[in-house]
Amino acid sequence: MSVIALPQELSTVAGAPMSYWRTVAWRLSRDRATLVAGALLLVIALSAMLAPWIAPYDPSAGSIRLRLAPVGTPSHVLGTDEQGRDMLSRLLWGGRMTLVAGLTPVVVAFLVGTVLGVMAGYAGGLVNTLVMRTMDIFYAFPAVLLAIAISGALGPGLPNTLISLSIVFIPRVVRVAESATVQVKGLEYVAAAKASGASVWQILRHHLLANILGPVLVFASTQVSLSIILAAGLSFLGLGVTPPSAEWGLMLNTLRQSIYVNAVVPALPGLAIFVTSMAFNLVSDGLRDAMEIRA
Amino acid sequence: MSAPLLATRGLRKHFPLQGGVLRRTRAWVRAVDEVSFDVKPGETLGIVGESGCGKSTLARLILRLVEPDAGKVWFDGEDVLRVLPGRMKRLRRDMQLVFQDPYASLNPRLTIEDAVAFSLLVHGARRAEARDKARALLGRVGLDPRLYGRRSPHELSGGQRQRVNIARALVLDPKLLVLDEPVSALDKSVQAQVLNLLLELKADRELTYVFISHDLNVIEYVSDRVLVMYLGQVVESGTADALAEAPKHPYTQALFASAPSMDPDRRMERPPIAGDPPNPIDPPSGCRFRTRCAFAMSRCADAAPPPVAVAADHDVACYLYDAATAVTA
Repeated sequence: MSVIALPQELSTVAGAPMSYWRTVAWRLSRDRATLVAGALLLVIALSAMLAPWIAPYDPSAGSIRLRLAPVGTPSHVLGTDEQGRDMLSRLLWGGRMTLVAGLTPVVVAFLVGTVLGVMAGYAGGLVNTLVMRTMDIFYAFPAVLLAIAISGALGPGLPNTLISLSIVFIPRVVRVAESATVQVKGLEYVAAAKASGASVWQILRHHLLANILGPVLVFASTQVSLSIILAAGLSFLGLGVTPPSAEWGLMLNTLRQSIYVNAVVPALPGLAIFVTSMAFNLVSDGLRDAMEIRA
Repeated sequence: MSAPLLATRGLRKHFPLQGGVLRRTRAWVRAVDEVSFDVKPGETLGIVGESGCGKSTLARLILRLVEPDAGKVWFDGEDVLRVLPGRMKRLRRDMQLVFQDPYASLNPRLTIEDAVAFSLLVHGARRAEARDKARALLGRVGLDPRLYGRRSPHELSGGQRQRVNIARALVLDPKLLVLDEPVSALDKSVQAQVLNLLLELKADRELTYVFISHDLNVIEYVSDRVLVMYLGQVVESGTADALAEAPKHPYTQALFASAPSMDPDRRMERPPIAGDPPNPIDPPSGCRFRTRCAFAMSRCADAAPPPVAVAADHDVACYLYDAATAVTA
């Protein structure tokens, strides 16, 4: 006798209604890749936050006698960099910078982009043309080029990095928010709300935002990994965080020349960037699948 | 005769078709052209026509969800198109709409209880009061609120969703309900249940219906009077009985002839009209039906025939009938 698989949806299994967010949480709890990636992100975020307490050394204090110590050196588990600074401490402190530089632009873009996109999508007409064509101007440049151009114009430093990356990501979010808004706006439940006398604000809040925030949030989460890589890239080019601060992209740059002396230590910041952005990607994929509305 | 609850005169809506970089208007879709009718309190006006003939646009014009290009709408003696926003909000309580698509017409993020209660909250009801009323109404349309109240729309069948739609439309205690193809998306057996529910509710709550459908059988079943539309215009109007017994306009005759019959002897050999309706972007001159009409004359191309009364409360817009021949025709 074969075992008949039960439907995967708890809502039908239990026969009782289940709220949307509980369904999402339940689906996420069954998605192993997302859970592992999520746990990894949690560790990365915690270690970055707790860097001042858990880092064994001062990230900017080096020792000339201990330059480029290999991984596994008793006092420096992950070795030291070209100035003899402890790699583990620098990676922990650098994670702070990289995460801030990677996450902040996406959060800003999510907020600003959603507002602009919903406005353009709902108003339509001239407002839409104005907003969307302006976004197209920014969209016409490759992300890296645009980030470098704006950072170059504003000068190096963390705040300018955040500004330039926000400008890179806003048009992308606007596009997604606008198309989602236009789609939802045409649905009959919006017309029904209008027919019941609801104000524009009530319609936006209860019918539009409720239905487009999910997709826009998922889209924004897919951009975090790119933002981290771009932030690291700007630092690598000397346009982002300035030395002696620890930041993964900057570390990659300064360790670059040492790659023939010790190949493992210079690879570590790159590995950190790779793992973090990968984890963000996996989580956003899982989120997208879990938040899909299935009939 | 009592004053009409709803009256329209010369309603017109043409949608611009835009194209090109500069969004220039390239053409107009003549969705609704010069439509006038009255609906008396308590009656059901059926509006029938092929898909694309402007029925849904007409529904949205009546409720002022779309602003007409020309024409007037009176509701209960008030000029709907001229009232101030505050008054319009109040008027909306009296005229509600039930939509065609049971899937697109419910917000997937609201439980059905909240979907029904939303309209009440819009009009300033307290949350608990709105919820109680919504639950009571869900029960009235045949959905046990204890079982279904907290469910999401995707957990309901098409027929159940349509019941929620009806409850949502009724929660504000409207006088007029515009039903835009309320049963077309449903299975035949479910159609009958929903139609009977609508008829019951109408009797209970002394409602007036404008019932839009492409299905003649449904229209005949529910309507007191019927309006036949073709490409945005009314070609014939009269009581449901008069139209069923003696349809006058060639299009109405073709419609009735093409309705599937349960009587095998009455099954037809060939369709009474062939082809699709012409494109509403560029409708034929004069009478819009002339390209598919078996009786088309040269004068049909010149000007659109005005409606002519062939009997009491029975108007036809066709040159085959004029004031002189009306009695004999």
